[in-house]
Amino acid sequence: MNFDDTPNEAAFRKEARAWLEANVPSEADLAGLDEVGRAQFWQKRKSDGGWACITWPKQFGGRGASTLEQVIFDQEEAKLDTPYMGSYFSIGQGMAAPTIMTYGTEEMMARYLPKLASGEEIWCQLFSEPAAGSDLAALQTRAEKDGDDWIVNGQKVWTTVAQYASYAILVTRTDPNVPKHKGMTYFCVDMKSPGVEVRPIKQMSGGSSFNEVYLTNVRIPDSMRLGEIGQGWRVALTTLMNERASIGGGNVGANFDSVKALAERLEIDGKPAIEDTIVRQKLASWYVEEAGLKFTEMRTLSALSRGDEPGPESSIGKLVAGVKGQDMASFAIDLLEQQGIQWDPEQDEREDAVFVQNFMSLPGLRIAGGTDEIMLNIIAERVLGLPPEPRVDKNIPFSDVPTGV
Amino acid sequence: MNFEFNDDQIFVRDVARSFLKANCPPEVVRRVLEGNEHYAADLWQQIVEQGWAATAIPEKYGGLGMSYLELVLVAEELGRVCAPVPFASSVYLATEAILLAGSEEQKSRWLPKFAEGEVIGTLAYAEKAGVTTADTLETKVENGKITGRKTTVADAEIAQVIIVAAKSDQGDGASLYIVSLEQDGVSYESLKTIDPSMNHANVIFNGASAELLGGEGEGWTLLEKILDRAAVLYAWEQLGGSETCLAMAKDHAMQRYAFGRPIGSFQAIKHKLANMYVKNTLARSNAYYGAWALNTDAEELPLAAATARVGSTQAYYFSSKESIQTHGGMGFTWEVDCQFYYRRAKVLAVAIGSERVWSDKLIKASDHIEA
Repeated sequence: MNFDDTPNEAAFRKEARAWLEANVPSEADLAGLDEVGRAQFWQKRKSDGGWACITWPKQFGGRGASTLEQVIFDQEEAKLDTPYMGSYFSIGQGMAAPTIMTYGTEEMMARYLPKLASGEEIWCQLFSEPAAGSDLAALQTRAEKDGDDWIVNGQKVWTTVAQYASYAILVTRTDPNVPKHKGMTYFCVDMKSPGVEVRPIKQMSGGSSFNEVYLTNVRIPDSMRLGEIGQGWRVALTTLMNERASIGGGNVGANFDSVKALAERLEIDGKPAIEDTIVRQKLASWYVEEAGLKFTEMRTLSALSRGDEPGPESSIGKLVAGVKGQDMASFAIDLLEQQGIQWDPEQDEREDAVFVQNFMSLPGLRIAGGTDEIMLNIIAERVLGLPPEPRVDKNIPFSDVPTGV
Repeated sequence: MNFEFNDDQIFVRDVARSFLKANCPPEVVRRVLEGNEHYAADLWQQIVEQGWAATAIPEKYGGLGMSYLELVLVAEELGRVCAPVPFASSVYLATEAILLAGSEEQKSRWLPKFAEGEVIGTLAYAEKAGVTTADTLETKVENGKITGRKTTVADAEIAQVIIVAAKSDQGDGASLYIVSLEQDGVSYESLKTIDPSMNHANVIFNGASAELLGGEGEGWTLLEKILDRAAVLYAWEQLGGSETCLAMAKDHAMQRYAFGRPIGSFQAIKHKLANMYVKNTLARSNAYYGAWALNTDAEELPLAAATARVGSTQAYYFSSKESIQTHGGMGFTWEVDCQFYYRRAKVLAVAIGSERVWSDKLIKASDHIEA
């Protein structure tokens, strides 16, 4: 048991590190570019150097590398100051691409994957709807056949980076007269098509990471379909499996180090807050969660290093990290007492702004990509093998399912 | 990256698991819980014959010379079955104390006996309700004779030798002593506790012979180090127990029907069990970290030990109480085994200091090593 790279891993790490150090964009490279522009510049440079989407086959813009090598590359990249990548590419590369690789034609792969890898084309995901969130299969956006095309009408929601997207992956209802999981069909769609309208959603945090996307008589050629007609749910599951893998735990600003540092700086009754028993108790429990996630990841990487599939333990990341970050942000505000609530969402350069920022934004992490409750269901059913809930909507036509409207 | 056990270590675990499945079924735990035995002496004899007490003792002291990576996996299996044997007291505490602080002569004298199970050891520092520190110690040694009273000592009436923390006017304010329990000047006050499947007693020293272990005035520092090492081993035993709680709750949730369906199909139960899984998974990963640090004697052992200990303590308490809850009324009966784990979870939780104590140590240790 150790944390060491194998010789091959060490050699790969060295090679990745050397390339990264030689190619990190300078401020001059990025001058005049906005956030998305900077992200695209860096992605293009990685792509030109053969370091974009490295697990993909070479002919699609990748490097044919292993998942573990991707992790090593990411670890090395994280040590350097590189442009913020946000969600500009993660949806296209992490979710659309694996689905296209599984269900797309050779022509589709050749057309879309290289530009996904290079960041020239950003993709978004048109899945959730106002009445179809955790119950995604309740989606109502209709696609109807018209010659060699499909005509699509409906509304999608929670669509990250839709305003920048060239293309989207889309799940639609093509037959409402069969049970819900059987009447769906999956497409790729050109976001420049007439009838696609993107409207930003203002979040409680004041920011707008999401959009609504209205689809009005949008025409999609049948050649853009992924999978068979009526098999859209199966295709969507491929996408969703990759979504849960890509929205990992991560570590937000309100973490053990930052809240501990805060408690060392602030006072309670004339003594450093860190000496307070309650503060120590809470911090210790959060450390246990943070370290537990870190070492769970080490176990996952060890499985990959050995050439095995990761075990089910990798499913807990987002679930634990979301509520932990939220609670730590809340506690940091409490430690700051009255002053803790100060925040200018437009611009706040204060060191402590990270806590209010997290406090106001992390409710979203607990919902995005599978709510905490859905994640618990997944663990209970797929890991522990508990039986699914009986469903009242399973064996009746979708059009007969009650909607509460 | 190779943060995992190797095939030989997994083999040791599997052998231990099948041995205990055969030799420590719930009836053995219940026999000690309900009867007058202090421990399952027959099972203990089989365990020492398996060589488990000798696992991490070097060969030159009569041990098997395996690593702590084997020992933690044995600890997990013992926890899984709530084994009513003095393994923790003798192996995690007394053996570790001699290994860490003993002179060459003391190691040669005691370790072969611990390895063979010829002698059972334990360790005592607590003297009162609340936290005992070097400053509050009242037990003292004068001219090689020890006087004082240690409270709620695990396996006291089973052990033949005990490692005792006593007051010192030098150094850190304490010294450790090896005291034979088979001599005049040692007496017991038998105790009833929440877990009758383990033995606990107060030990009273009244002029018994005591032999210094480690340097005079170095006792508290040594004790902290011993407890850090033991904490990793306790964490694995606690994790084993917590895993059984989840397994029992899951089995029940699959079999028990209410409102026309298995109760495991209700989200209220699913989420409870999924939360147990999450806590156990975090505890396991932290226990790996502890095992690695113990085995390599890493600089961050104090942090790793505290993290593993707090994680396992929290997980075991949560799983043991929610396992009873999942079992409903039957879970609260004497007849059902849920009680074993609820009792043992709390006994192990305070055995070498509570969650609060270890949380405090965790923060202290994190000052020296960044996360």
